[in-house]
Amino acid sequence: MTPDPALEDQISRTWGDPPGLWGFIATVDHKRIAARYIVTALLLMFLAGMLALDMRWQLTVPENTRMTPQLYNESFSLHGSTMLYLVSVPVMEAMAFWLVPLMLGARNMAFPRLGAFSYWLYLGGVLTLWIAHAMDITPDLGWFEYPPLAGPAYSPGHRADIWAQMITFTEVAALCASVNVAATILKMRPPGMTLARMPVFLWAMLIASIMTILSMPAIMLVTSMLISDRLVSTHFFSPGAGGDVILFQHLFWFFGHPEVYIIFIPATGFVSSIVETFSRRRLFGHSVLVLSIISIGALAFGLWVHHMFAVGLPRLGNDFYTAASMAIALPAGLQIFCWIATIWSGRPRFDTPMLWVIAFVLTFVIGGLSGIMTASAALDLQLTDTYFIVAHFHYVLVGGALFPLFGAFCYWYPKATGRMMSERWGKIALVGIVGGFNLGFFPMHLLGLMGMPRRVYTYPTGMGWDTLNQIATAGSVISVLGGLIFVANAVVSYWRGAPSGADPWQGSTLEWASASPAPPWNFTYTPVVHSLTPMWDESRPLPVMEGLASDHREVLITSVTDAAPLYRQKSTSPSIWPIVAAVAVTIMFIASIFTPWAVPLGSVLIGAALTGWFWPLRPRAKQGPLGRGA
Amino acid sequence: MMQAMFGIAVGAAAVGAQQAPAGPVGTVVGQVVAGDSREPLIGPQILIVGSFLADRALFAARGSEALQVRVTGHQYWWRIEYRDPATGRWIETANELHLPQGRTARVALGSADVIHSFWVPNVAGKIDMVPGRRNLIDLTPRRLGWFRGQCSEYCGTQHAHMAFDVKVDSPPAFDAWLAAQARPASPAPDPIAAQGASVFAGPCAACHAVRGTDAGGRAGPDLTHFASRRSIAAGTLPMTRGNVQAWIAQPQALKPGVPMPAVPLSPKDADAVAHYLATLR
Repeated sequence: MTPDPALEDQISRTWGDPPGLWGFIATVDHKRIAARYIVTALLLMFLAGMLALDMRWQLTVPENTRMTPQLYNESFSLHGSTMLYLVSVPVMEAMAFWLVPLMLGARNMAFPRLGAFSYWLYLGGVLTLWIAHAMDITPDLGWFEYPPLAGPAYSPGHRADIWAQMITFTEVAALCASVNVAATILKMRPPGMTLARMPVFLWAMLIASIMTILSMPAIMLVTSMLISDRLVSTHFFSPGAGGDVILFQHLFWFFGHPEVYIIFIPATGFVSSIVETFSRRRLFGHSVLVLSIISIGALAFGLWVHHMFAVGLPRLGNDFYTAASMAIALPAGLQIFCWIATIWSGRPRFDTPMLWVIAFVLTFVIGGLSGIMTASAALDLQLTDTYFIVAHFHYVLVGGALFPLFGAFCYWYPKATGRMMSERWGKIALVGIVGGFNLGFFPMHLLGLMGMPRRVYTYPTGMGWDTLNQIATAGSVISVLGGLIFVANAVVSYWRGAPSGADPWQGSTLEWASASPAPPWNFTYTPVVHSLTPMWDESRPLPVMEGLASDHREVLITSVTDAAPLYRQKSTSPSIWPIVAAVAVTIMFIASIFTPWAVPLGSVLIGAALTGWFWPLRPRAKQGPLGRGA
Repeated sequence: MMQAMFGIAVGAAAVGAQQAPAGPVGTVVGQVVAGDSREPLIGPQILIVGSFLADRALFAARGSEALQVRVTGHQYWWRIEYRDPATGRWIETANELHLPQGRTARVALGSADVIHSFWVPNVAGKIDMVPGRRNLIDLTPRRLGWFRGQCSEYCGTQHAHMAFDVKVDSPPAFDAWLAAQARPASPAPDPIAAQGASVFAGPCAACHAVRGTDAGGRAGPDLTHFASRRSIAAGTLPMTRGNVQAWIAQPQALKPGVPMPAVPLSPKDADAVAHYLATLR
């Protein structure tokens, strides 16, 4: 289609946000919401990194008294809780928020106001944990808070409650985000993008969202049980009153293990996109990759007991979980082989995003191998709760999820800002982060094998652990310096970067068809898709459909399997209700730390907010055929 | 056995790494995808069966003549009890586990408060100590000497200083040690020790027991043969007269967060208590 200035004008008036603070609060633009999510998560990553550096400094010499045990315990609790609940999962959801509509050629998410609500509620959880930290009521019981240590008898005060309620915040936000992403992917694909023509990235986000929906209720249940033990003296986890502390661990890990894959699977989506574009050929084994992701998603729910091998469960049961845990190496290995085959048989270019992918493959394979070792129930009795595990999960989570995330950040940065990041400084940052990371974490495998336990604020002299700890500290310092260079590069490039144009990398998928940065409505016309890599296969200009309204907000709804156009759906305008509802929920969650009456009274408040939210205004959908464009 | 498992895992990893670049990679993936090649499946199967057999071997029952030991985790120390094979009586000590070389000790693990984990890396893998449950672990040490055990499940502020000493003795030496532990305390009959005992009977005896005296507190470690141990405060400090006196004066400075309070004693009384404890061999 040739550009039509009058039409563009009208659409920009329809989809533009109101100016100023009102527009900031009321926006339902998925890109603005996602950008907030990403900036918040990256800021928290920096804070958690500072905590890590502080802890590494403490462990540099034995018998160190620089940090008190209380401060150290708070630091690792805050570091773990922040990274797992407030950074890793939300940042993956944010990438989905930002990219899914663009990759679908859609104008917004399926539930725009729910997206805004997710962010505001997540922010409530962030502020709960970190304002509590500023007020010295930091949780100090790890990222897992096992009872009875977290119960009322051994943890008086409100540190444990802050943690449990922060979980409730972030999990409600994650559930809302996942429903949103799954509905968008299933019902808003462009005409022609059947399930078989869906890029791996979208599959990854879909599977991760479904996993979130299935696993998060377990942890919300278990933290609610913990809070009711603490607040209204139920006895779910009091052995003396017939409760069982192991119940907590089962429910926690029924969430906790899938969570690892909820973080990892979106990263495989990033890797697939980057590998395809920079190898300049279609992904090798598209179906195999998709089936691998699905089978990882299914297997992830049958592994949780491998976190509990030392608990004293029946040995034969443990061996079953050993087998299930080792089985996951097969689909994960298949994925790695598919990416390697794509690079091998393509015409690869080694720009920074691709280098991040290579760093990912090298690091993640090491994490996978140590994972196979810990999967053995017999071997794990020596390895669990040692620095070997610290090394293992940092290799899997940093190498497996954050390196692809950094690559994705460099890859899609031009699309978000219209500017290129510096390749030179990007590579310097990569060398610092990846080199420092390996220098910092590889020695921890050895420390674990030498018997150094996790979560100790100091260790005795004469154990032979000093040198390796010093190397680990040096590595973490280098890694943090690399991270600062990465951030400086992103910030400077925002103003100084070379203009990128719409498609700087010659990408394969639809987000590159939109302008950079993408306008609030993303696409003036709905693209029509005939292959997995429309940007490479379609004629120019891209085939599109017209027929979506320009004078009011409208999106196209298609069928789940065939992506056949079904109807045009009204899409919501900027709204104050998401933040009002999020504030109401925040008030209820925080007040319920102190009194059970917060639950009924807060429900009234939330009910009022939701009544405003759902007040009927206009008909929801318009039936009728869509015009077909040139 | 642990070393064997580790070797298997590393070996399989090495084999896998060698296989990867062999031949056109596309062919390898194609074989995997089409199911032509069973090779990728063999590695995990060997590991799974190996792990299963190792696990069986580790937890095989070892006869009924095993030495019976109970270890109970407390925030941040270990109650250790031996069943006297002759009388059936339980002999209590704390923070120092003696084991006979080559004989199997069946250790019953429990917890008095929160979850702890019993781990002596040089002797066996770890098993959690869970309140409301009882876990068993069989220990058959092969090497003589001192080893370090430690709590490996985060249990609160002083998790880092919840350690214990393990001494593997020859069976006769172990029997002699156990017989000595079974005896009540025999403090030296000097006047300073007597004064220390009378001070101890006040605030200290509320939590600590010394068998053979009126001190019968159960909240803290049994001190009947305190001076025979190698370290104090659950592996925190070596057993020296100076450390004992410092510990009595300022436990919160040496192990912040430990449940033991600083008891205000006059220097003379503190000195007498330290002297008394040093005679409890």
